[in-house]
Amino acid sequence: MTSILIRGAQRFGTESVDILVDDGVIAEVGVVTGTADRTIDAAGLVALPGLVDLHTHLREPGGEGAETILSGSRAAAAGGFTAVHAMANTSPVADTATVVERVFDRGIEAGFVEVRPIGAVTRNLDGEQLADIGAMAASRARVTVFSDDGKCIGDSLLMRRALEYVATFGGVIAQHAQDPRLTLGAQMNEGGVSAELGLGGWPRVAEDSIIARDVLLAESVGARLHVCHLSTAGAVDVVRWAKKRGIAVTAEVTPHHLLLTDESVRGYSPLFKVNPPLRTADDVEAVRAGVADGTIDIVATDHAPHSAATKDCTWSDAAFGMVGLESALSIVQATLVDTGHVTWQDVSRLLSVTPAAIGQVAGYNAPLTVGTPANITLVDPAHRGVWGTDRLAGGSRNTPFSGIELPGRVVSTIFRGTETVIDGVVVDEVRTS
Amino acid sequence: MKHLISTRDLTREQAISLLDTTADMLEVRGRDVKKLPTLRGKTVANVFFEDSTRTRLSFEAAALALSADVSTFTAAGSSVSKGESLKDTLQTLEAMGADFVVLRHAHSGVAETVANSGWIDAHVINAGDGTHEHPTQALLDTFTMRSRLRGADARGSGLDGIDVTIVGDILHSRVARSNVWLLNTLGARVTLVAPKTLIPADVSAWGVSTALTLDDALESNPDVVMTLRIQKERMTSGFFPSESEYSRFWGMTTQRLARLKDSTIVMHPGPMNRGLEIAGAVADSPQSTVTEQVANGVAARMAVLYTLTGAES
Repeated sequence: MTSILIRGAQRFGTESVDILVDDGVIAEVGVVTGTADRTIDAAGLVALPGLVDLHTHLREPGGEGAETILSGSRAAAAGGFTAVHAMANTSPVADTATVVERVFDRGIEAGFVEVRPIGAVTRNLDGEQLADIGAMAASRARVTVFSDDGKCIGDSLLMRRALEYVATFGGVIAQHAQDPRLTLGAQMNEGGVSAELGLGGWPRVAEDSIIARDVLLAESVGARLHVCHLSTAGAVDVVRWAKKRGIAVTAEVTPHHLLLTDESVRGYSPLFKVNPPLRTADDVEAVRAGVADGTIDIVATDHAPHSAATKDCTWSDAAFGMVGLESALSIVQATLVDTGHVTWQDVSRLLSVTPAAIGQVAGYNAPLTVGTPANITLVDPAHRGVWGTDRLAGGSRNTPFSGIELPGRVVSTIFRGTETVIDGVVVDEVRTS
Repeated sequence: MKHLISTRDLTREQAISLLDTTADMLEVRGRDVKKLPTLRGKTVANVFFEDSTRTRLSFEAAALALSADVSTFTAAGSSVSKGESLKDTLQTLEAMGADFVVLRHAHSGVAETVANSGWIDAHVINAGDGTHEHPTQALLDTFTMRSRLRGADARGSGLDGIDVTIVGDILHSRVARSNVWLLNTLGARVTLVAPKTLIPADVSAWGVSTALTLDDALESNPDVVMTLRIQKERMTSGFFPSESEYSRFWGMTTQRLARLKDSTIVMHPGPMNRGLEIAGAVADSPQSTVTEQVANGVAARMAVLYTLTGAES
């Protein structure tokens, strides 16, 4: 394999070090005197461990018009990711060992990131009968995260059983917290803006009440729970309370919920239609504070590619979701680092170490140290640029950030010792020797 | 002004000008020759993705009175049922020569999207979008108020100091929203009345007062009581329990009419549920403006078409 010498990177944004990558692992860190096949001048760049996304929609199988495992893997690399968790709401649904193994294999073929399939909790995401959880856990794909994302497991009894059964195999349920009855016809956050626009309101309590129920269920059966894309101030309070009580709960927030509010929906652009919906400025402040005080464990993208036809249409006809892999780190820098909520060391935890721990992804527990797999992301934090679709590398264009000036740029991504992004550009194909 | 999407977009000057033009159009409607040549050679496409016979007929009458050619597209039995997208449908209609698209749709925001998406170049007139807006209804309603309450002095005036009570399903009402914005612009004071289930969660930015029962609201002796149509399916989805209970607390009954001053007018956008939101005797009383609203509706829509045409030159 090609050896790579990274010269003068700020590891976790602090001390300047050289990092030597050889044979797929980090061989030396510090002052490296030797040479390598490739040298990257990393002066002014922050070195982070390769990012891990716990919440990615790769759309394959079934939605290849919007994204494939290959195109989504390229988008991930562009954003500095070296591992992604592929959500189960594909067609067919990832509810059997056959489907998750196929996704897993296609990820290896693509070669840009480690693709970790998430298994469905219930068969066909119907919320009625458990999926083949044990078979998926025991499959080649070694599924550890189970989710009906896109749909909430609303039935309390089924959720209890699912928590118990998944715990049997050492996995975790990632719940999409949305009371189905409280969100009938819901189109956007319920509040002053929905009142004016005449769009069906999505009350915060529909999220908060499910999270409250689920943390108590998790406590009562002694299971782990992961809360997907938490978006409200009330949900932050509930999770904070649960953690204080000792409940084994982890929570994620998306980049878009760290930045955007429901004010963006004025004008009815489908680019801002997302589930859970964009909330208010108070909620944005609360989720940022929740990240800062450790209530929220990770940032996950909920990267949700949609073809032009499902976004170049009216609000009501449009699909929910936005792409987010390419922009995630810039949004995190803008909303959390540059605002003083967290350090780059924290970013390493929020976007790599902890999501890898929740997903049980090996190789991320001792980031940027000698002997660990060479998953490295180099970021230029001084970069400033107006975001646009030209920054996207995946199969769809539905970013909500176009026209916004954002800081930071992923200059280099190294996945298991191989460069997937060079000078900010995703390589055509990954050549592993 | 190229499009009419929301009454919120209207300045006070534009709004008063539209009301004055409505008066002119009403005068035309009273002549022997009831037509103006303004839109000769132009095509008005009435594009209705939601059934509304009265609004469609009103726009057709307005367009014909301005000598336009009229084509009407309704969703039932159309290419829409074959899965064609809204964008494709509208581009097809424009390719056939539509200069104005009068658009009715069951979903909020559709008119704004069509006007701003670049899909078509035609003037877009919102004829009701979901639970968002119905601006021509608000124009005909405010015109009706101004005519009744100001009489011969109406021209050039707003509705300053007028107290308007709007009662009913505010949450789902595009009529209420368009009226609130326009009444604010014209200087009226608005009170919204509904059970808590039928008022939006947050109307703090609306510049209105709220009341929970109609009796509470009527204590302030409003100049206008606007009743809204109530959809009977709201009962089965838990917004209120029964017709009799709705009528008891929010219905415009003869007893409530008797409490009002003689000059107070009672309005309804139609079609009415007699005996539910408005008693039959109230709808037929001299204080009712229900049929007048219909007549004014044609004139108001003529005024909108006329004004948007002027924007071309």
